[in-house]
Amino acid sequence: MVAAPDIPRASSQALLTATPTKRPRNMGQIIRWFLLFIGGILMVMPIAYMISTSLKWPHEVYNVNLIPKDPTLDNYAYVLEDGRFYWWFVNSMIIATITTICNLLFDSLVGYTLCKFRFPGRKIVFIAILSTLMIPTEMLVIPWYLMSQTFGWLDSYWGIMFPGLMTAFGTFLMKQFFESVPDDFIEAARIDGLNELQIWWTVAMPLVKPALAALAIFVFLGNWTAFLWPLIVTNSVDMYTIPVGLSGFGDEADVAWELIMTGAAISTIPTLVVFLIFQRFIIRGVVMAGLKG
Amino acid sequence: MYRNLTIRQKQIVWAWAFLALPVLFYTVIRFYPTGNAILISFQNWNLLGSRTWAGLENYDKLWNDPVFWKVFQNTFVYLLLGTPLSLVLSFIIAYHLDKLRFMHGFLRMLYFLPFMTSAVAMAWVWRWFYQDVPIGLFNNILANFGIPQIKFLQSTTNALPAVLAPAVWAGLGFQVIIFMAGIRAIPTSYYEAAKIDGVGWFTVLTQITIPLLRPTIVFIVVFSSIGFLRIFDHVFNMTTNNPGGPLNATKPIVLMIYDTAFNGFDMGYAAAQTVVLFTVLLVVSLVQLRLLRSN
Repeated sequence: MVAAPDIPRASSQALLTATPTKRPRNMGQIIRWFLLFIGGILMVMPIAYMISTSLKWPHEVYNVNLIPKDPTLDNYAYVLEDGRFYWWFVNSMIIATITTICNLLFDSLVGYTLCKFRFPGRKIVFIAILSTLMIPTEMLVIPWYLMSQTFGWLDSYWGIMFPGLMTAFGTFLMKQFFESVPDDFIEAARIDGLNELQIWWTVAMPLVKPALAALAIFVFLGNWTAFLWPLIVTNSVDMYTIPVGLSGFGDEADVAWELIMTGAAISTIPTLVVFLIFQRFIIRGVVMAGLKG
Repeated sequence: MYRNLTIRQKQIVWAWAFLALPVLFYTVIRFYPTGNAILISFQNWNLLGSRTWAGLENYDKLWNDPVFWKVFQNTFVYLLLGTPLSLVLSFIIAYHLDKLRFMHGFLRMLYFLPFMTSAVAMAWVWRWFYQDVPIGLFNNILANFGIPQIKFLQSTTNALPAVLAPAVWAGLGFQVIIFMAGIRAIPTSYYEAAKIDGVGWFTVLTQITIPLLRPTIVFIVVFSSIGFLRIFDHVFNMTTNNPGGPLNATKPIVLMIYDTAFNGFDMGYAAAQTVVLFTVLLVVSLVQLRLLRSN
């Protein structure tokens, strides 16, 4: 939303390369560790309860025990056999994947062009794109809805995706990272006879992989959890994304809490698994994006 | 023809070839709708009939709408409770976490995990926690200690904080990570100098750490304020039986916009509300940037 504060990039490296050097030496450190540990456990409690309840039989739901006495996957079977969650999951997966790919391609192409080319209008384009960061999505949803209605985009994948195919945040992030690609590399590639498109793809892109990974995580997570626009643009149950579907599912009077928790778990577990696998990477991405964007 | 161009001209051709589609995208999907939203705010339109010019009628209606003032107040309560709370909590956590090495990565993960969840899913989890006995977790725990149960979501005084809590909870991990990066960026020489001078931890904190964290604090304050001013997912999903209720006690401006436009089909009125939201966001971030960057 706003220009990044100037913090040396070294910080993100330091955060990740920090190795355990000191051990808790005194009472103070031990108390500090335990308080932070309890705080951390409280932080993950809602997630733990969500998963635990999704594994409980209906009669055990109101038991405050975190560990189910007799865990069952029945709720998952029930919710998935119902069919709706399956499609919502598939829809979300398709939409989040395509928007991520588009953002990676376009944001980096634009960022690269604005960083490495000298041409009339460069500054204006950059400022214009950056200025869109100040416009809240909420202001655009009404015109987007009218546009979708006119062009028949309502209730379609394209309708859900079109507003997010490129983002100013991603463009800005990529531009910052292309600054670190030396102009000499690009000149050398030109002398070797590569055209500009080839230089971007084969020379510059591989050098900014960490930034691309960070952007991919942000865009995917953002689209996976997006709610307001998909809620507005979809109207048939088959086209819902997983957050929109879950929202309506929870509201059905006959749906029990263990089933709602199962639905919530289905929408959350994939991102949690990805996080647990790529933890260091994602935290570095957050730091990079947070400090750059 | 392309062959005859100079190197500089070729660059210009390539640059605009790369930018053609994106420039079109930003024009059609960002700039045109912005102008359109402002235009619609001066019109009356229910989606079906014709658009008629209304001048300042929608803004006048907004000014005299008690619901709007309630919503405006709620939005600022979210902002004024949420931002300082999450700022202080995340700083305390980051400050202490930074000093620990034992299972550092594991503790950091515990705090960060909620950031990876979806607001909708977690709104439903928290909503379940808040239910009455025998369903809700919180009231069950209270009942075990013989404490009378609390109406969380049905009470006009408790509902807003109850909705705010998961929003603060979900964003905390992000802020902790940003703060830790900021703390790590402070050169150790400052701390070494302080150690030689025999300065206490509190002086180090207030004279070195916090002043040098100013850019990080500015970023977090602006970022989280914008988040709280645009709160929607949590509120909508925790109050779906009566969105923004009870008695509009939790309704934020984005929910009012959604309601006016897509349930009431009063597009002009909703557009006027979005223009107000835009103005508020702009003013709040500019004021914060100015206040926090100066001195």
